[in-house]
Amino acid sequence: MTGELGQLALCFALALSLVMAAAGFFGARADAHAARSIANGAAMGLLVFVVLAFATLTYAFVVSDFSIALVANHSHTLKPMIYKISGVWGNHEGSMLLWVLVLAIYAGLVAGLQRGGERLTSGALGIQGLLAAAFILFILFTSNPFVRLDPMPFEGAGLTPLLQDIGLAVHPPMLYAGYVGLSASFAYAAAALMVGEEGWARAARPFMLIAWISLTCGIALGSWWAYYELGWGGFWFWDPVENASLMPWLIATALLHSALATEKSGAFRTWTLLLAIAGFSMSLIGTFLVRSGVLSSVHAFASDPTRGFFIMILIALAIGGALALFAWRAPTLQGGAAFDPVSRETSLVLNNVFLVAACACVFVGTLYPLVLDALTGTKITVGPPYYALTFAPIFFALLLLVPFGPKLGWKRGDLKTAWRSLYPALGLAGIAAVSVLAFVSPRGVAATGAFAVAGWLIGASILDLRKRKGARASAFAAALAHAGLGVTLLGVTGTAAWRSEALQVLAPGQTMTVGPYTLRFDGVTQEKGPNYLADRAHIALMDGGKVKAMLEPETRLYAAEGQAVSDTAIRTTGLRDLYLALGDDRGQGRYAIRAYVSPLAPLIWLGALVMALGGMLSLGGRLRLRAREPASEPVAAE
Amino acid sequence: MTVKKKRRLAFAAALVAVGAVLAVVVIYGLGQNTMYFRSPTDIADQKIAPGVPFRLGGLVQQGSVAHGAGAGVRFAITDGKSTVPVTFSGVLPALFHEGQGVVTTGVLSAGGIFEAKEVLAKHDEKYMPPEVVDSLKRSGRWKEGGV
Repeated sequence: MTGELGQLALCFALALSLVMAAAGFFGARADAHAARSIANGAAMGLLVFVVLAFATLTYAFVVSDFSIALVANHSHTLKPMIYKISGVWGNHEGSMLLWVLVLAIYAGLVAGLQRGGERLTSGALGIQGLLAAAFILFILFTSNPFVRLDPMPFEGAGLTPLLQDIGLAVHPPMLYAGYVGLSASFAYAAAALMVGEEGWARAARPFMLIAWISLTCGIALGSWWAYYELGWGGFWFWDPVENASLMPWLIATALLHSALATEKSGAFRTWTLLLAIAGFSMSLIGTFLVRSGVLSSVHAFASDPTRGFFIMILIALAIGGALALFAWRAPTLQGGAAFDPVSRETSLVLNNVFLVAACACVFVGTLYPLVLDALTGTKITVGPPYYALTFAPIFFALLLLVPFGPKLGWKRGDLKTAWRSLYPALGLAGIAAVSVLAFVSPRGVAATGAFAVAGWLIGASILDLRKRKGARASAFAAALAHAGLGVTLLGVTGTAAWRSEALQVLAPGQTMTVGPYTLRFDGVTQEKGPNYLADRAHIALMDGGKVKAMLEPETRLYAAEGQAVSDTAIRTTGLRDLYLALGDDRGQGRYAIRAYVSPLAPLIWLGALVMALGGMLSLGGRLRLRAREPASEPVAAE
Repeated sequence: MTVKKKRRLAFAAALVAVGAVLAVVVIYGLGQNTMYFRSPTDIADQKIAPGVPFRLGGLVQQGSVAHGAGAGVRFAITDGKSTVPVTFSGVLPALFHEGQGVVTTGVLSAGGIFEAKEVLAKHDEKYMPPEVVDSLKRSGRWKEGGV
C-alpha cells in the first residue's frame, strides 16, 4: 500500500507544481491577485505532497518493506536505524526525491515569507514550479523510487558500507540544501528579469545565505568523511565529485558579495543577476556530473544513460532559458550605480573576478577529461598539481585582498586610511611568518607565506570584530567568515607542509614511531558489530614505559554486502591529529599499519564551522531586521 | 570620451588581460598535469617512456599478490591479453583482491615494472572502474553482467 501512496502523492505534487508554475507566471502581471493566491496555495500543497511521498519512502525503509525494489536493493533488516533512514538518500532514486523535497521546502519558504514585492514572489514561484515539475517528471519516468519487486525477497541487499557512516548520513541533505537553495536565488533573479527588478537581491538574500551556509557545511562534512574514512590521511583529492560541490560554493560566495553591493549601493545590477543564474547552473551541472554516472566514484549510483540524457536536457533548458531571458531583459534594466576606483565596490569586483576565475579553473579541470573522452576516447585525469598551479595562486591572491574590503567605504574609499588601520593585522601576519621560521621545520616558503596570509586574515577580522562592537550583525558576520578562511588556511598548511607518515609491518609486541609518537602493536582481535565483523587492531600510544592511550583502527567486513571497509582511529590532542589505519594481514599475526601525524588538521573543519557561523549570524541579523521593520525599503548606503 | 566611458574601457581591457592570463595558465597547467589512463595491452603495444606518471588499470591477476619483507607488495595487473608487474609500498585498500578491478597511478621503470604510488579500489565487488571495463572490452575479456 505504502508504495502506491507515495506514487500517488508524487503525481499530485506534479499537478500542483504545474498549477504553481502557471499561476505564478500569470500572477507576475500587475493585477492578477487571484493567480498569486493560487500560486501560494499550490506551493504549500506541493510541499505537503512531496513531504508525504518522502515520508512514505522513509517509512518503507524504516520497516524494511522489501516489496519495494529500492528498499530491497539498498537496505537490510540488521542495519542500525540511522542508516536505514539515511539509506533513503543513499541511492539514486531516493536522493532525487530528497532533491525535490528540498526544492519544495524552498518554494514553501518563498510563498510563506513573501519577501520582496508580490509580483516578484509570484514570478519566483512560477520558476520554482517549473523546476519542481521537471524534477518530479524525471523521478516518475526514469527513477521511480516506488517500483515494486515481485516476488518480495526475504532480505535486502544492504547499503554500500562506505555510506554507513554518520558523516555521510548527514552530508547529502546538507549539500542538497545548498545546491537547491541556489534555485531560490535563481528563481528570484529570473522573476526580477520578468517583472523588472524589484529589490530582488534583498528579497533573495536569506536564501543565498542558507544555501551558502549549507554548502559550506556540506563540503566540510564531505571532506571530513574522506579524511577519516578513506584511510589515506588526505582531506581533499580534487576528485570531480568534490569539485562539483566546490564550484557552486565559489559562485555562491561571489554572489553573496555582489548581491550585497547591488543591495547597498545599486552597483553590478546585471552582473548579480548573471551570478544567480550561474550559481544554480553550477548546482545543476554538479548534479549531472554526480548523478549521470559519467564519473566513477562512490557518488555515482546511476549509470543509466537515459537519466544522464534527461538531466542534460533539463540543464540545457534551465540554463539556456535563463540566459535567453537575461539577454532579452537585462538591457532594459537600470544600469548599475557609479563608484570610485577606490571603494568597497571595487574590492567586491576583485573578489568576484578572483572567485569566478578560481571557479573557471576548477570547471575546466573537471570537465576537460570528460570532453576529451567523449570526443577522442582518450582517458586522462587532471591531478592535484594542476589545481596547485591554477586554483591555489588565484585563491591566495584573493585572500591577500580580503582584509581591505570591509575597510573601504561604499562609493568612495580611502586606501591610505584602510592600509593604516590594517597595520596590526600586518603585525600578526609578521608574527605568524616569523614563528614558522623560528620554531617549525621544514620551513618552506609556501608554508611561511600561507601562515602570514592566515595571520593577516585573522588579524584583520579581529580588528573588525573589536572596532565594530555593538555595530551591525552583518559586519560581525563578515569578520567571522573571513576569520574562518584564515583558520582553514592554517589547517590546510599544517597538514600539507608538516605531516609525518609511517608505514610498517608489525608483529604483536613490536613498536614503531611516527612524528613524536611511539606506538606498540598489541595484536588484532575479532569483534562483532551490528551488521559487520571487524578485525580490530589494538595499538598502544606509549609514553616512556607507560601506555598513554589505546587506539583501535579496524577493518570491517559487511557480510550482507560482501564488502570490506577500513575504519581509522584518530586521536586529536590539542591541534594535532594522530591518525592510524589498519592495513592488510601479512600472516602470523603480522599486519601492515599506516600512521600519520597531521599538525593543525582539526583547524580545517573548525575554520569551515567559523565561516558557517558567520553566515548564520548574518542570516539571524537579516531575519531580526525584518521583524523590526517589515517594510522592505532600500537601505541607505553605509 | 567621457570619464565614465574611459573607465569602462579600462575595466574591459583589464578583464580581457585577466582572462588571457587565466587561459594561458589553465592551458599550461592542463598540458603539464594530465595523466593518461593505459591498459596492460597499451603498454605492450606502445613505447612508453619510463618515469612519466600515468594510470594503469585492469584486473589483479589471480595468484600474483606477493608480500615482501617490509611494507612492499608485488602483484600483476592484467587485461587478459597482456600483463604488467606492479610494485607498491603501502597499505592496500580494504577492497583490493585478486581478480578484482583496480586502478593504480605511478611510473614505469626502465625494466618494465610499474612502480605504483597509489592503488585505488574504493568500490564494491560488483563495481568496475569504467576505464577498466573499456580496456577489458578492447581485449575481449569483458562479458556484459560480469567478468
